[in-house]
Amino acid sequence: MPTDLSRSAPPGEKTRFWNDPAKRALLFQVLLIGAILLFAGSLISNTLNNLEQRGITTGFDFLSQKAGFGIPLTLIEYNEASTYGTTFWVGLLNTLLVSVLGIIAATFLGFVMGVARLSDNWLIAKLSSVYIEIFRNIPLLLQIFFWYFAVLRTLPSPRQSIEFMSSFLNIRGLSMPAPVPESGFNLVIGAFVIGIVLTFVTSRWAHKRQDQTGQIFPMFWAGLGLIIGLPLVVFMLAGMPMHLDYPVLKGFNFRGGMTLIPELVALWLALTIYTAAFIAETVRAGILAVPKGQLEAAFALGLPKVRTLRLIVIPQAMRVIIPPLTSQYLNLAKNSSLAAAVAYPDLVAVFAGTTLNQTGQAVEIMSMTMAVYLTMSILTSVFMNWYNKRMSLIER
Amino acid sequence: MFNKKLLTAAAVSAALASSASFAGTLDSVKERGSLQCGVSSGVPGYSVPDDKGTWTGLDVDVCRAIAAAVLGDASKVKYIPLTAKERFTALSSGEIDVLSRTTTWTLTRDSQLGINFAGVNYYDGQGFLVKKDLGVSSVKELDGATICIQSGTTTELNTADYFNANGLAHTPVTFDTNDQAATAFDTGRCDAFTTDLSQAFALRSRMGDPNSVVALPEVISKEPLGPSVKQADDQWFNMVKWSLNAMINAEELGITSENVDDLKANSKNPSIQRLLGGSEGLSKGLGVDDDWAYRIVKQVGNYGESFDRNLGAGSALGIDRGINALWNQGGFLYAPPIR
Repeated sequence: MPTDLSRSAPPGEKTRFWNDPAKRALLFQVLLIGAILLFAGSLISNTLNNLEQRGITTGFDFLSQKAGFGIPLTLIEYNEASTYGTTFWVGLLNTLLVSVLGIIAATFLGFVMGVARLSDNWLIAKLSSVYIEIFRNIPLLLQIFFWYFAVLRTLPSPRQSIEFMSSFLNIRGLSMPAPVPESGFNLVIGAFVIGIVLTFVTSRWAHKRQDQTGQIFPMFWAGLGLIIGLPLVVFMLAGMPMHLDYPVLKGFNFRGGMTLIPELVALWLALTIYTAAFIAETVRAGILAVPKGQLEAAFALGLPKVRTLRLIVIPQAMRVIIPPLTSQYLNLAKNSSLAAAVAYPDLVAVFAGTTLNQTGQAVEIMSMTMAVYLTMSILTSVFMNWYNKRMSLIER
Repeated sequence: MFNKKLLTAAAVSAALASSASFAGTLDSVKERGSLQCGVSSGVPGYSVPDDKGTWTGLDVDVCRAIAAAVLGDASKVKYIPLTAKERFTALSSGEIDVLSRTTTWTLTRDSQLGINFAGVNYYDGQGFLVKKDLGVSSVKELDGATICIQSGTTTELNTADYFNANGLAHTPVTFDTNDQAATAFDTGRCDAFTTDLSQAFALRSRMGDPNSVVALPEVISKEPLGPSVKQADDQWFNMVKWSLNAMINAEELGITSENVDDLKANSKNPSIQRLLGGSEGLSKGLGVDDDWAYRIVKQVGNYGESFDRNLGAGSALGIDRGINALWNQGGFLYAPPIR
């Protein structure tokens, strides 16, 4: 109901719909969506037309063809007889492996360095500053090359391997005994799961008890005991249902066992050290964003320094830290695609590299590869946003 | 206001929807006044830029020959360095007019990527380099070896095929460029380094101690390397094909860049006269004037000269002509006659 009579239409004459702002806005939205759809549709049909005109085969049939090339690091069963589709999964898992390892290590190192830069100890603070400034300002690709060739050049040839505890370190990687589970190992896995559940339950109980009585329960040690100790005890009781597959030097290289390849180590080191420098700055900003009064209040209560940091500062700083931290995680995952430069067989090197070359299906392979990175980014974002919601200040 | 927007949107989509009508590549090269040639980012002897940015090499000479024939000037070439991964997309999308980049002619590439191979300018084969102190004298002894390879080449598949066929195990370590693969091999990451033999010698010369590296006797694949063009443009296809054929025929007839003017004026040999534009209208179908082949030999030289300058005795590589000699001298090079 318009109240302003001077602007409402005289009775008997309807407003023209293009003079009605609400309808006009709707019309523009519809037109815009139509234009976008038209644009996308013509783009796709144009691409398909052109591909057909140039006699380029299209479609995803190639995924079931035999690949015929080897990959040095595979987390799933793969050999030369596997399909191109399998190369996709192998590459994807290798990308996830280095990304997850990198995210864990970079978070840890970044937090340590960020806190260290704010340390009262002059030397620690300066060392941390120097580390951050150096690694933040050197292009990542150079760092990857540096670590790769630095790592490679210092290692001996397989025949002069450095041996310790039946593991062998040489230029081909670190060959370690691989654990081979026997029957009865499922009990140990069960114990591990039970340990995690019990830890969760205990921590709830400890919180409650602390709220009621003020007594602090040594949760860390209890958790450690449950998650690691319990499976170990079960393992012993079950009569150690596992044997080790030792690496043996045969011909040129070690056979058997499991090998950590230098490419993975170099890429992991580079990604970790590079991203950690950025995370450290994020952490520093987060900590500095906590009002000074909070610290002073904590000290006034007589809380020790470590507990102040853990219970007062970090939880409040997390609100500032999490959003930029998310984007660092995404950067790390995307940067892992530089793997091809040092022969680490990730998704880009294996699938968008070798497979693309063998099949020539550029459009399909690139769409799949892009879809993977997009999905990874969205999932990371969703998880971090959920975590951010949980951590954010609850106003009552 | 919104009308304008709508019109723009409509115009954009209309422009996209109308499939581009192809002008022939020959005409567009003439119009542009330069040839866009896809080369490698630096393989000594084939296509490599010097410190002044001048490109030289056997593959580069093919581009220069085409430019000499079509535009009358061998220097009117714009070189576009491509990686192994980019090359076919650049060609089939029309970003380059011709791809002359140590590319192996295979069934898949010829039939599924929308390109045509215009001939062979180098018969190559894949071989293996190892360090002397490994004490290996044959590829058959490389069971279980780690092998450095460049990704995105036929090399990768050949290696897997060969090792599988002979019941040998191997671990491939695949690098983005051949340089990186060679460096990694040099540091000892791999037992062997495999690539086309032509490039192996060039890469070996850059290693720390070239004399400690030897090539094993086996050549495990056929690698006919040659220039390629986009499919569905037969006129341009012919032009590229015959530019290469003219260089090979010129060597066979003994025409060099030095004696070409003399032969054009005085030679009584009808084959030589035909090649150098002595018979009217022979090149009508190509879409260029009768002096096209004369310009190729004059400005670029014949195939033998190009080989010698870039790969053979007159170069740092010193590769033997071997199977790349002319058919009447024990090699494979045999170009259809110009008549």
